[in-house]
Amino acid sequence: MSRQAAGFQAEITRNGLWNNNMSLVQLLGLCPLLAVSSTVVNGLGLGIATLVTLVISNSAVSLVRPCLKSEIRIPIFVLIIASIVTTIELIMDAWWHELYLVLGIFIPLIVTNCAIMGRAEAFASKNNVLNSALDGFMTGLGFTLVLFVLGAMRELIGQGTLFANAQLMFGSLGQALTVTVIPDYHGFLLAMLPPGAFIGLGLLIAIKNVIDKRMAQRKTASVKLTPTAEATTA
Amino acid sequence: MNPLAKNQKNILISALLLMGFAVAGALMVGVTHILTKADIHRNEQLTLLRKLNNIIPASQYDNDLLTDTVSIAADQLLGINKREIIYRARKQKRDVAVVLPIIAPDGYNGPIEMLVGIYKTGKIAGVRIIEQRETPGLGDQAQIKHSKWILGFNQKSLHQPDAKHWKVKRDGGVFDQFTGATITPRAIVKAVHHALIYFNKHQAELFRPQTHSQPAAEKKHV
Repeated sequence: MSRQAAGFQAEITRNGLWNNNMSLVQLLGLCPLLAVSSTVVNGLGLGIATLVTLVISNSAVSLVRPCLKSEIRIPIFVLIIASIVTTIELIMDAWWHELYLVLGIFIPLIVTNCAIMGRAEAFASKNNVLNSALDGFMTGLGFTLVLFVLGAMRELIGQGTLFANAQLMFGSLGQALTVTVIPDYHGFLLAMLPPGAFIGLGLLIAIKNVIDKRMAQRKTASVKLTPTAEATTA
Repeated sequence: MNPLAKNQKNILISALLLMGFAVAGALMVGVTHILTKADIHRNEQLTLLRKLNNIIPASQYDNDLLTDTVSIAADQLLGINKREIIYRARKQKRDVAVVLPIIAPDGYNGPIEMLVGIYKTGKIAGVRIIEQRETPGLGDQAQIKHSKWILGFNQKSLHQPDAKHWKVKRDGGVFDQFTGATITPRAIVKAVHHALIYFNKHQAELFRPQTHSQPAAEKKHV
């Protein structure tokens, strides 16, 4: 039993991070992704906020599973997600005000991130709390990773730095994190503007597909190899 | 039970469920709002004070900038279309400077909101961009985090340079434009010039002592 559960959880992890990645495979929640990924810090900020929202909303939806009725489940999901996002927005405004000033307008956007609704509908409403929370965490982490990589790409190409404004998120400690990779860089505007986000995301999807293809090839190759190897030993 | 009654019961349950979730969600948001209200208010005040101190250094005044305010009517010269709060800096009861919110209506991508500080002598203490949508990398050079251009207004006044030269260089004035962007600086220079004209006209009114007849609503807005 527990072995089965562990296998299921490993599958949740793989799906959330890679196989069914929110931004690279499902292509959900692109609006906040493209809008906020201009720097690493912005990307991380939105990613983490989305991750927290996903974990809480998935857990909440899973908890109220017994009282869900199929005709009204969607409005209930909307209510739950909207309440959680508003609460997170208020808390961020109170405790991480500087970051809130940067990300403020994007936080309400989380509500419109259909991936959160998607996870509630496709997973949390059918699974127990633990697995739903894990699914939320892994899906959120997958989203955060894409935001991080895309943010790094755009920041590096667009303004030649990494982790600029990290102090907004990590306090005075973050100041040391900022790396000017290319000094005296004049910037490449395209990367900072929305087209840069689309091009970057396209590249990431392409890279993922290439990796998937390679892995599939290796798998079939090893499958083909094994019987012949067995045959020779036999 | 006949099917109609069953259906009605179903609808009722659904409605009650939905209501329950709505109440729970509203409760959660409400409680968080009450718990974070004080912190959020303090954060906003601190952020505002920091912005004001960038324009008028804290060493130049000793009054409470955030409460020594007066509200002014909408004015074309300032580009503001509703009542706005202005802040007054005083030292040992003597007037030092005012900070006015102004809007340049003709930015490249819409209005540019600014704060401009003007000393009692009529010289500019500083200008900062508050809100703008100019093109990143071109028009946004007016922001202090991107370039020092905006500091070029410091110490300028209505007579220095004279009205004919309160323009960007391309228009025969003394202010630089940015590489590749003239519209933004032109709009900002014009708005700052207008603010000086306004200050000149309304100086006494701007520095008038705060009266307690000020509506409480305006104070709260600070």
